[in-house]
Amino acid sequence: MDWGALHTILGGVNKHSTSIGKIWLTVLFIFRIMILVVAAEKVWGDEQDDFVCNTLQPGCRNVCYDHFFPISHIRLWALQLIFVSTPALLVAMHVAYRRHEKKRQFRKGDQKCEFKDIEEIRKQRFRIEGSLWWTYTGSIFFRLIFEAVFMYAFYFMYDGFRMPRLMKCNAWPCPNTVDCFVSRPTEKTVFTIFMIAVSSICILLNVAELCYLLTKFFLRRSKKAGNSKQQPNHENKEETKQNEMNELISDSCQNTVIGFTS
Amino acid sequence: MSWAFLRDLLSGVNKYSTGIGRIWVAVVFLFRLLVYVAAAENIWKHEHDEFECNIKQPGCENVCFDHFFPVSHIRLWALQLIMVSTPSLLVVFHVAYRENREKHHNQKLYKNPGKTDGGLLCTYLISLILKTGLEIFFLVLFYKLYNGFEIPRLVKCDLKPCPNTVDCYISKPTEKMIFLYCLVATSCLCIILNLSELSYLIFKYSIKCYLKRHVKKQQ
Repeated sequence: MDWGALHTILGGVNKHSTSIGKIWLTVLFIFRIMILVVAAEKVWGDEQDDFVCNTLQPGCRNVCYDHFFPISHIRLWALQLIFVSTPALLVAMHVAYRRHEKKRQFRKGDQKCEFKDIEEIRKQRFRIEGSLWWTYTGSIFFRLIFEAVFMYAFYFMYDGFRMPRLMKCNAWPCPNTVDCFVSRPTEKTVFTIFMIAVSSICILLNVAELCYLLTKFFLRRSKKAGNSKQQPNHENKEETKQNEMNELISDSCQNTVIGFTS
Repeated sequence: MSWAFLRDLLSGVNKYSTGIGRIWVAVVFLFRLLVYVAAAENIWKHEHDEFECNIKQPGCENVCFDHFFPVSHIRLWALQLIMVSTPSLLVVFHVAYRENREKHHNQKLYKNPGKTDGGLLCTYLISLILKTGLEIFFLVLFYKLYNGFEIPRLVKCDLKPCPNTVDCYISKPTEKMIFLYCLVATSCLCIILNLSELSYLIFKYSIKCYLKRHVKKQQ
């Protein structure tokens, strides 16, 4: 169980996302998870071993390290990535539920079911419409909340995004105020700023996706309201809703071929 | 989730590349990625532990190491590999967009969605320009950060808390320098490949346009 498993799970969601959602997923995997695994983990690898304090007092170094780094940057990032990826699972579960319902209809021999076999149901890509639209929009909203919370937590815990070279510590059992030196502070600052920048880009992508979905939804709704004023509406309510949502996503949904499997 | 992900990504791009583009992918895999994973990573693995200063003052080594290596060579190398591979995704996205459009309209809009012509050619050229730009950017960054591509054996450091000027010794400087030169050489090779692919495509399509116009005039 590692980041590869997350990749498999989220790859399945990718099929049902909007194009902005797919860009977000790409940015997440290449510029955050990959950078974390390939580069950042090694920068923080020796953080405790190379945290040096100007004292021979046993225990002082441990206590000071724990005081200045209650939770390591790397662990916070890993948690952030997990939390930010999880709302997409809501969409995956909803899609799975719909598929299950369709399969049930098919097995019952329902006339309304338009699929020829189970395989087609499995491969079908659902449009973001109806209740799935609410799940999808809700998942984007939660993503935004989690990103913002973690960025604030970072800022709050480490007094900004800069890693100082020298920290002065006077926690017990250190005898007096003791100078402690952090390993690779500049490299850590560079990677922190990089990760914060990519988080901000992800937040912007999520906001753009949310605005896009809402704008299209309200535009279609007002168009439909305008049309229905001109002629009496005999259409099936479900059909209109479906038409609405189909157009909502139709010209922006794309299937990428970058290895995201269904 | 590691370099295998990048490898899969680039293999997907290979389908839509020209011949020179495929050579570029092979160079990136064999001479850059493989060298990085199989050799370079291990050389820089214990760079901090093996960085020794002629002093017992606690903290002096940390501070001097941080001063001389603000961002480690190996991390810059990894970032370069990731950044240089990403513009190829633009082409993949464009092809996927074309295929989706065809599916949506239920008719054949393009002779071959993967063929580089029209809009896809522009995307391809932009990705080549971005790749070249990023390569040059990282080479310049390396040069500026480390005052050239040399790694000295000995550096003199006099930052606080070091009491005076202190001699600090870098581990495996010659081996690091050799691999650094290898990185620079393969980057330059990739830049040359990108530029030749760029000129080849521009030349090919200008000739095509010119011939089309010439045939039209004659008719």
